[in-house]
Amino acid sequence: MIQIPPELVYTKSHEWARRLPGAAQAGDAIEIMVGITAHAQEELRDIVFVELPKIGRTVKQGEAAAVIESVKAAFDIYAPVSGAIARVNEAVVKSPQLVNQDCYGTGWLFAITPSDPKEFSSLLSSGAYSQQVQAQAH
Amino acid sequence: MTEFHGWDMPLYYTSIIEEHMAVRQAAGLFDVSHMGQVVVKGPDAVRTLNRLLVSDIVQVGIGRACYTLMLNDAGGILDDLIVFRLGAEDYLVIVNCSTRESDVAWMNEHLVGSTTITDISEGRGILAVQGPLACRLLEQILDARVTSLGRFDIAPIRTMSPEACIARTGYTGGDGFELFLPNTHLLRVWDAILTAAGSRGVKPVGLGARDTLRVEAGLRLNGTDMDAATSPIEVGLEWTVAWNKPDFIGRQPLLKQKQQGVGRKFVGFELAQGPVPRQGYELTVDPAAGGAGGRRVGTVTSGTFSQMLNRPIGMGYVEPACAKPGTELTMTVRSQRHTAKVVKLPFWKAEAPAPVLSKSTAATLEKLS
Repeated sequence: MIQIPPELVYTKSHEWARRLPGAAQAGDAIEIMVGITAHAQEELRDIVFVELPKIGRTVKQGEAAAVIESVKAAFDIYAPVSGAIARVNEAVVKSPQLVNQDCYGTGWLFAITPSDPKEFSSLLSSGAYSQQVQAQAH
Repeated sequence: MTEFHGWDMPLYYTSIIEEHMAVRQAAGLFDVSHMGQVVVKGPDAVRTLNRLLVSDIVQVGIGRACYTLMLNDAGGILDDLIVFRLGAEDYLVIVNCSTRESDVAWMNEHLVGSTTITDISEGRGILAVQGPLACRLLEQILDARVTSLGRFDIAPIRTMSPEACIARTGYTGGDGFELFLPNTHLLRVWDAILTAAGSRGVKPVGLGARDTLRVEAGLRLNGTDMDAATSPIEVGLEWTVAWNKPDFIGRQPLLKQKQQGVGRKFVGFELAQGPVPRQGYELTVDPAAGGAGGRRVGTVTSGTFSQMLNRPIGMGYVEPACAKPGTELTMTVRSQRHTAKVVKLPFWKAEAPAPVLSKSTAATLEKLS
């Protein structure tokens, strides 16, 4: 069984998103942490290169924000929500295999300060995402 | 699974990287039955081959093999292949899957004297066992002294089948063997090898790692790194050409090119870090001079992330002035510039390659049969 944590939300293009409390000085601002799902990780296999967006770059929902290269090919990673890139995970740039090893944890990719809170609620629940993955498998 | 010139082949069994490392550290088992097998026989077989191929086939002793090229009339590469001499007038030629039919047609059009060409690919398969453990593993299975085979030697395995042969050849840059077998034997030998391997880290290897291994070893792939519009000189394979033998197809245009020089040269390059070089990427120099990354001097044909060197590596063509090892090139990917440095091929070499035995291999044949 592919691991799909129930506390996360998902995109059709196999990214996961997690809402985090933002920096203290930013009041009630939040951050959306982004990575790729176990299904995506398994499909890509052999990840050897990760290119992350610059901090501060603004992205639109669905826009290509990062690139993951496996031995086979390069794949775009899309922003699940619009906003500004708040943080990136430098560890995966140094050790791209972290994305294979721990895609929901140390293999996270970047965090966005969202510009439209409504977008987050439009993402797929773990149940809906699970159905999509199963439908694709048939 | 992936479709490969009409064959359903696994891109990987578990992971390209795991399979790659199994071949470098233990051994890998490949089903390369898609490769074409062509028998060239008859009193004039050697004359036919010497006309068709750039190397001097007269020099290939019984039980020996030779990596060589077949050119068209313009000196372009139709295929790279391995010629095994099985007997006085009996040769086995291993050709690429993608060009098998056109190769056989071309060979038939250029027969000399009494020679027969038979495509036996349908009834035969090839299993390759590659890596530092390959020799010990095969000793265990074959009841044969495979250690007595030198690099590029071939011998029959009469205990298995009158048609079965084993050669110390491969496409990984390390030590290894290829077993040429009737189809009926493939499954049994495949299983026997994996069973004998036990828990020593031997893995089945798919097409993905076959490609990353050959790139790391600096080995060209026909159709990717070279084609009918490429000459042996451009692709750095002039060492296969026997200039002193009688005329062969493509010799005149090739000689002219040798005298006049070539417009591009095949090189290897590496990046300290960055994205994987992929076919079609541009290589430039002088970032200050116009264009995104400077002046275009070449194109990538193959690349991968090298597991052994832990960095991206690539091969491709550049202007001759940029072909010297140490030359800095720019590879622009997704509008970011990355510095690539020309290096000597191969990128990776086995520490203890199989010995090339200089003595006649007729004795080896005797021992094995």
